[in-house]
Amino acid sequence: MAEREPILEMKGICKEFPGVAALTNVNFRLFPGEVHALMGENGAGKSTLIKVLTGVYSITRGTVTLEGRTHEVRSPLEAQQAGISTVYQEVNLCPNLSVAENIFIGREPRRLGRIRWKEMNARAKVLLKERLHLDIDVTLPLEHYSVAIQQLVAIARALNVEAKVLILDEPTSSLDQSEVQQLFGIMRKLKGEGLAILFVTHFLDQVYEISDRITILRNGEFVGEYPAAELPRIELVSRMIGKALHLLEEMPKAPASAKSGAETVAEAKGLGRKGAIEPFDLRIGQGEVVGLAGLLGSGRTEVARLFFGADRPDSGKLTFRGKGGGTRGIQSPRQALDNGIAFCPENRKTEGIIDDLTVRENIVLALQAHRGWFRTISRKRQEEIADEYIRKLNINPPNPEHLVKNLSGGNQQKVILARWLLTQPKLLILDEPTRGIDIGAKAEIQKLVLQLAGEGMSVLFVSSELEEVLRVSDRIAVLRDRRVVKEIADQNISQQHVMQAIAGV
Amino acid sequence: MNRILKHHLFWPIAVLAALLLFNFLYSSDFFRIGMRGGRLFGSLIDILNFGAPLILVAIGMTLVIAAKGIDLSVGSVVAISGAMACLTISKGTGGDSLALVLTAAGAALGLSLLLGLWNGFLVAGAGIQPIIATLILMVAGRGIAQLITDGQIITVNSPKYQYIGSGALAGLPFSIFIVLALFLLASLLTRKTALGLFIESVGVSPRASRLAGIRSGWVIAAVYVFCGFCAGIAGLILSSNVASADGNNAGQWYELDAILAVVIGGTSLNGGRFYLTGTVIGALIIQTLTTTIYMTGVPPTITLVVKAFVVLAVCLIQSETFRQALVQRWKTRRYPAEREVARHV
Repeated sequence: MAEREPILEMKGICKEFPGVAALTNVNFRLFPGEVHALMGENGAGKSTLIKVLTGVYSITRGTVTLEGRTHEVRSPLEAQQAGISTVYQEVNLCPNLSVAENIFIGREPRRLGRIRWKEMNARAKVLLKERLHLDIDVTLPLEHYSVAIQQLVAIARALNVEAKVLILDEPTSSLDQSEVQQLFGIMRKLKGEGLAILFVTHFLDQVYEISDRITILRNGEFVGEYPAAELPRIELVSRMIGKALHLLEEMPKAPASAKSGAETVAEAKGLGRKGAIEPFDLRIGQGEVVGLAGLLGSGRTEVARLFFGADRPDSGKLTFRGKGGGTRGIQSPRQALDNGIAFCPENRKTEGIIDDLTVRENIVLALQAHRGWFRTISRKRQEEIADEYIRKLNINPPNPEHLVKNLSGGNQQKVILARWLLTQPKLLILDEPTRGIDIGAKAEIQKLVLQLAGEGMSVLFVSSELEEVLRVSDRIAVLRDRRVVKEIADQNISQQHVMQAIAGV
Repeated sequence: MNRILKHHLFWPIAVLAALLLFNFLYSSDFFRIGMRGGRLFGSLIDILNFGAPLILVAIGMTLVIAAKGIDLSVGSVVAISGAMACLTISKGTGGDSLALVLTAAGAALGLSLLLGLWNGFLVAGAGIQPIIATLILMVAGRGIAQLITDGQIITVNSPKYQYIGSGALAGLPFSIFIVLALFLLASLLTRKTALGLFIESVGVSPRASRLAGIRSGWVIAAVYVFCGFCAGIAGLILSSNVASADGNNAGQWYELDAILAVVIGGTSLNGGRFYLTGTVIGALIIQTLTTTIYMTGVPPTITLVVKAFVVLAVCLIQSETFRQALVQRWKTRRYPAEREVARHV
């Protein structure tokens, strides 16, 4: 690509929030007629960068130039007027208004204060047909159409303003394969018309399919800008995660054993849920730690939730060798609990702790639920249990009557762990058990996992930190784009192998 | 001292005591309890007797609110229950037989349980927001009650039925014993079994509770059924007290008084922790207030305004933020100049 003038150039962008630097010296260039992918793990600063561009945040230092002029916007409206349009992840249109109204809302063609409906509908129709190849009835309410069409209408709305730069923030996360293709067709067409498109996604396949150029961020810092054709996938992944492959030191492996040959505890056959995870097979043996690796949005959490019955599968079957010995299906969290499955969800604050209750109440909750409402655990027994687990897991402050919402993240996580260990599960599912907690607590939890597996408990371990998954797992299932793509066992477990599988090479 | 101030019952009790004190100063007869015809009478007894239906409804409401819900239909259920009971008695033969009264009460309570189940189904099964789900029955319930009474006021002449609401046992109104029994039942069910923990847990976070293995839907349905049951009993007491059923007016505004009683009692509308004793005191405050207003001869046209002001005052006193602001003002009251200076610094 010939070096033309970039339409948008950001130089040395710094954004500080009280106590945190969200962006440090980030550079970003966008040329007319290109699709530019912005990549990075969760928390890398992608959203912050977009919000700087669209006038939601101000910058602490750095310069932004749009078409050679300094670009200073103080509100999303100003950004739009300057020619930067954004389509956000969730379609934020009004489903009960017509397609035409949604496109023109706030800018309806008027005469003497009255909206000229005929003209508005006609213009909406032409806009959709000529620029997006979409021939639909624009007078129907938006909710009448599929999410994909709604996404396109959102793009049409963005284009309706004289757009020079189009930002698409995770536009494909709720689309299926053919809908993605439809969207890509339109992106190519717009690109051909000279529009500059900034594209954010977690799907690597899509990045390589559509983008010309890739900028990588990590921990709020600029890693580099590369032509897509010259950046191999494996490089992309290692730069996002922050480890060059040749520099990786071998991790001490989890004690390899005959575990993979052990008795099956849980087995998924063709288990899947539309829009969440493609049908997959996965077996977990007794005393085995199975790790799930993959980028954010690859379907890790969805697999974990299906194993617990937190979401209903719409295909396949999950069998579990329960406490009674026989195998049975798992349909709901309650069934999972009664059969000896435990689950620490990814979203600790909203799905894990009951924040207005005490540490003691949070700990006994699952066991009490298992016993039913009538067979009450006596107050005295509850206190003994709470004291025991506070000591065992080193929960701080060691006061069972403390409200759990006043504890730190790591201690809250331990409370949830205590809740489940108390039920003496056969299978423990941990989804991001160490997210947002400090190093010390992290190590304690990892040690605990290994210890429990040593005692014969099976563990399904999900984490976005690859090192952690490698450290604790006997076997790793790798996910990409909502599919289980590979299983890596014992001696083949290495960061390189897993990263190759994540990247799909 | 600090522990007493921080106790969740401190402010409700303080308000109740203040109201009683006011009454005592206004009329020294207020606390006089006499004996006539083998039963006690006096203002305090009246408050307990007339307050009984409200206390019952408020107890049911407490559990619903604890589970992050609300039940606007209680007033209508009160009317339906009363109508059902009176209809059964007026249609039945044998006028005053115990069997007939029991049948009537059974029919009324059965119907109330069913209505509670309906609310529970709408909220837990169909996932409708509680305020809307119970609004349906609040409106439709008046119609159902009218349907049962055929638009008339049914009067019954059954001393056995009237005993429920105006009879006396050991010198005290019988309704007090009903309230006591139900209060004990609710306390035992929630504090001696794990139901209370489940209700609070679901009230704080239905999603997290479900993932902890609690059947959130069943817990939510159960509290609405219980609330319907409480409203049903309240309906029996109310209709029995006046020996008639008025589909249109019986139990009117009960939902609001009950919600108020729950909040005054210290249970948060956000769900979670609940205080049954606090609710009972809250209901007594409201009933005492009503009695006080009548007794002091406030013109009927403005009683509701007076009530509103007192309720506002009660809520403000209970608000931590308001008390702190008040204390702050009190502390700086003597130095207006200081504030003046501070403005210019």
